[in-house]
Amino acid sequence: MAAVPKIRLAGVKKRFGEKVVLDGVDLEVAAGESLIIIGGSGTGKSVMLKCILGLLDPEEGSIAVDGEEVTVLAGRERERVNAKIGMLFQSAALFDSLPVWENVAFGLIQGKGMERKPAKEAALTALAAVGLTEDVGEMWPVDLSGGMRKRVGLARAVCAKPEILFFDEPTTGLDPIMGDVINELIVKTVNHMGATALAITHDMASARKIGHRIAMLHEGRIVWHGPVANIDNSGNPYVDQFIHGRAEGPIRMAVRA
Amino acid sequence: MPILAPIGRAFLALLAVAGRLMLFAGAALGHAARPPYYPRLILKQMLEIGYFSLPVVGLTAIFTGMVLALQSHSGFARFNAESAIATVVVLSITRELGPVMAGLMVAGRIGAAIAAEIGTMRVTEQIDALTTLSTNPYKYLVAPRLIAGLAMLPLLVIVADVIGVFGGYLVGVYRLEFNPANYLKLTWQYLETLDVVSGLVKAAAFGFIVALMGCYHGFHSKGGAQGVGIATTNAVVSSSVLILGANYLITAAFFGT
Repeated sequence: MAAVPKIRLAGVKKRFGEKVVLDGVDLEVAAGESLIIIGGSGTGKSVMLKCILGLLDPEEGSIAVDGEEVTVLAGRERERVNAKIGMLFQSAALFDSLPVWENVAFGLIQGKGMERKPAKEAALTALAAVGLTEDVGEMWPVDLSGGMRKRVGLARAVCAKPEILFFDEPTTGLDPIMGDVINELIVKTVNHMGATALAITHDMASARKIGHRIAMLHEGRIVWHGPVANIDNSGNPYVDQFIHGRAEGPIRMAVRA
Repeated sequence: MPILAPIGRAFLALLAVAGRLMLFAGAALGHAARPPYYPRLILKQMLEIGYFSLPVVGLTAIFTGMVLALQSHSGFARFNAESAIATVVVLSITRELGPVMAGLMVAGRIGAAIAAEIGTMRVTEQIDALTTLSTNPYKYLVAPRLIAGLAMLPLLVIVADVIGVFGGYLVGVYRLEFNPANYLKLTWQYLETLDVVSGLVKAAAFGFIVALMGCYHGFHSKGGAQGVGIATTNAVVSSSVLILGANYLITAAFFGT
């Protein structure tokens, strides 16, 4: 009997008005696997993550986490499923009104009802794991650089020890060196936790470093998926154009005058 | 009918907004009534809405009371009714001007701040981050503000009533040369419990309106800084208009016979 995938999407469709963003997405992520979704801007990568998290409701299709259909869940049941998932947002999405340590400990204090003192200790441990010192814990998000914000976002995503980690453009806006530092941290953290990871990115260096498998999303559909090692010989014209960053090819970008 | 079509569309759009607002208010009240509660956040919002609004509400109230005494004297002198000034000041302040002026000032100060804060959280994905951390945004962001608005506006209006009546007293005694004891006696003589209670009921309704409109427009803001600006403006304008409309309805309910 085949193992139940950690995440499974089947025929997921989502549209905004007349615009179809997801047009029947089928996808499986096995437990302990790191899957990278690549694709151009506006192809629906972030929308797909938001559908899995329940932030957006798909019009059609099925989304299952650990074999449990999640599109029908609401309230506490939805929160129970989301507690399995940690997410690093593209902008880090730190709470401006809370100091860094409280941002990191937020899921423990508010989500799991932990006392503030042990939650702070756990937060400082999580910050240390991403290379940030205790004094950073007392700072405010507005005082952090882009790289530090990403690290804090990563610490917040993993602090409550989720089984699944989502990464939304983890290296966007960072210089190449800091981008590589974040990639290293992600690989180290995912391996250490034994978590399942789903990342979306434009950055092929990031995709090659983090992922076990890569899937390409184009016009709301998965047009190719396979092991990272096969990406250079995919034989798929969309993938070839994307990974080589060519303007010529089957992917047409709308350019406004 | 080319003229009727846009009117019909505008009316349907208005109904749609009213429906969304009612659903939002229902969801917010439902979450406010059920645990978990966030006492630290409620206290913080109470301080923000109540304590930090005291100076602006106090200044508005004292000048309103002073102007009311002067205008009443100017008008009532035409038919030798100057002795009614103290009664007119206290009834006007407690029934109408105290709650309405406080409501409008708080709408400008707090309604805008709530919409800007929640709107910024929306466009920077902080509200999405709350959901991924198993925290319901209605409970964490909206409910504390609604509870604080409902509780603090009546307290602010009690202060505004006292300061407004004191403003009238200052003008009456030191400028219009009323006998102080006689002015105070006339202030109390015709004041009834219902006059004060109706003002406090209005205050609670206005506090709810200000917090609700701030949260609603902030929650539904989109499109970056411009969207947050639009949400802020809409929150202040809509809460001001609703305050004036609700003022008529509550006045009619208490004194309409």
